[in-house]
Amino acid sequence: MASYIARRLLAVLGVLWAMTLLIFGIVHLLPGNVAYMILGEYATAEAVATLEARLGLNDPLWLQYWRWFSGLLGGDFGRSLVMDRPAGPLIADALAHSAILAGISIVLVAIIGIALGIHSAVHKGTLSDRVLTLAQYFFIAVPEFFWCILLILLFAAWLGWLPATGYTPIGEGGVLRWATHLILPVFTLVSGLIAHVSRLTRSSMIETLESGYVLAARARGVPEGRVLRRHALPNALLPTVTVLAVDVGILIGGIVVVETVFAYPGLGRLLIFAIENHDLPLLMAGMMVVTTVYAVANLVADILYAFLNPRIRYGRAAA
Amino acid sequence: MSSIAAPGERGRSRALPSSLVWGGIVVGAIALLAIIGPWIAPYDPDAFSVRVRLQPPSAAHWFGTDEFGRDVFSRVLAGAHYSLGMGFGATALSLVLGIPLGLIAAFDRGWLSEAIMRAVDVLISVPPILLGLLVLAVTEPALWKTIVAVGLVYVPIMTRIVRAVGLGLLAEDFVQAARARGESAAWILAAEILPNAWPPIIVETALRITFAILLGSALSFLGLGAQPPASEWGLMIAESRPFIEQAPWIGLAPGLCLCVLLIAINLLGEGLRELLDPRLRGRG
Repeated sequence: MASYIARRLLAVLGVLWAMTLLIFGIVHLLPGNVAYMILGEYATAEAVATLEARLGLNDPLWLQYWRWFSGLLGGDFGRSLVMDRPAGPLIADALAHSAILAGISIVLVAIIGIALGIHSAVHKGTLSDRVLTLAQYFFIAVPEFFWCILLILLFAAWLGWLPATGYTPIGEGGVLRWATHLILPVFTLVSGLIAHVSRLTRSSMIETLESGYVLAARARGVPEGRVLRRHALPNALLPTVTVLAVDVGILIGGIVVVETVFAYPGLGRLLIFAIENHDLPLLMAGMMVVTTVYAVANLVADILYAFLNPRIRYGRAAA
Repeated sequence: MSSIAAPGERGRSRALPSSLVWGGIVVGAIALLAIIGPWIAPYDPDAFSVRVRLQPPSAAHWFGTDEFGRDVFSRVLAGAHYSLGMGFGATALSLVLGIPLGLIAAFDRGWLSEAIMRAVDVLISVPPILLGLLVLAVTEPALWKTIVAVGLVYVPIMTRIVRAVGLGLLAEDFVQAARARGESAAWILAAEILPNAWPPIIVETALRITFAILLGSALSFLGLGAQPPASEWGLMIAESRPFIEQAPWIGLAPGLCLCVLLIAINLLGEGLRELLDPRLRGRG
């Protein structure tokens, strides 16, 4: 188990290093002059030259890469061009806000998604299972950005129950006002993912419940509740763990959209801000942070998978 | 050998799954509307008409009009081909690149497959939207760039799936027999592996089309895809935001169409899976 974790950790580090090459490569090797991109097409030659000198764009590429990479290693994320401040604190602040959204969302997705999936599997073919299946089709298909519009229309414009956009820190408006700004974004983020997770849990639970060893446990007279909890559930949840990790990727995509629409001060909105303003240093640093978060989420999922899966836990199967 | 239809089974007609039929009908209808849209649209989708700004749905304007007095129904109709083009175009690109790469990765035993799979490992560990954002951030946005970016995002996933399918087939007797007969690697790939690899690839393709439309329209919504005055549905929804209270129909019409299209493609994919996945045959 320990060697498995060490191997996976090493792989994650390798992936992150490759990502620095990829991000740097795309930004610097794509056709187009970086300084013109930042300043716009009507920039004067002097302005371009000044900026190129300031950013060190005339240095050889390997030197530019090394400066950026060694900075990242030392915790220096570069400087935002537009805001003229170090990118690190900006990103840390935004990341904290996004982490609240993402954390609440992924916990809700795991709990509600798994619970609904198990309910559907155990009550397969009943009315509630059919209603849930139908609802899943609907919820998976609604794009996040359209959910945002629907929710703002319903709860903010028509009913007037919740604020449409914005954010209030706990210190300013109290917990209640802070929470009201989170409800619509979180609802948008979780609706599709809950449908996804519950659908997958349902099919894997049904498969497990039809397997030989569950039949054997029932034949031995093990109580049904115990069969579900002790025999079926641990195995049925294996695919769910993997899907939850994939869903973190979808969640990150959703967060970019949701934060932009709801004007929530998180990392997703910061990335879009950086793109719109051609703030390349901020963009590169932000991308690196998001990739790291995603890689760590996948690492956690892999370890959890290994922990739940006895074949890996006891080291009999190679990863 | 359950994945290959026996000679007798091939001719026997099986009832098509109803999800395949309904999904197919709706997707077909939308595709038809996308093609004949220019001829049946009641108005020019891009024509301004200041006197009829922000009108609610009526007999003259079925889906109402937007802030420039453009007919929303005509615009939604003209927008169908964007979503379909993004979904099918990006998926086609990921297939064209992913299938050869996946087959090579399955067949080759040397550095080439190692290099491909390492690259896939890296690219798969980036959230899809980030790869798209990264490519679109450093160039001026345009619809074709969005399609290319979305297509490239899904190449590693396609490669991984094709490789897994290919590895499974390589172990089969008929491939071993072909090898024993001394057939060339290229021939085995083209004549033995590829024809039998289609079912899982088709199922995955249907799934990818949905994701490609979702990602593509989300990027357009964020301003990184189709540019005004295009009537791409995601962009239309983004442009409707300032008028959401005053004239909700501007955003609701393209949004609901997008949902119908996505549900239909999902149904189609589900139906294909039922039809092609032998493990699901005969299960309720």
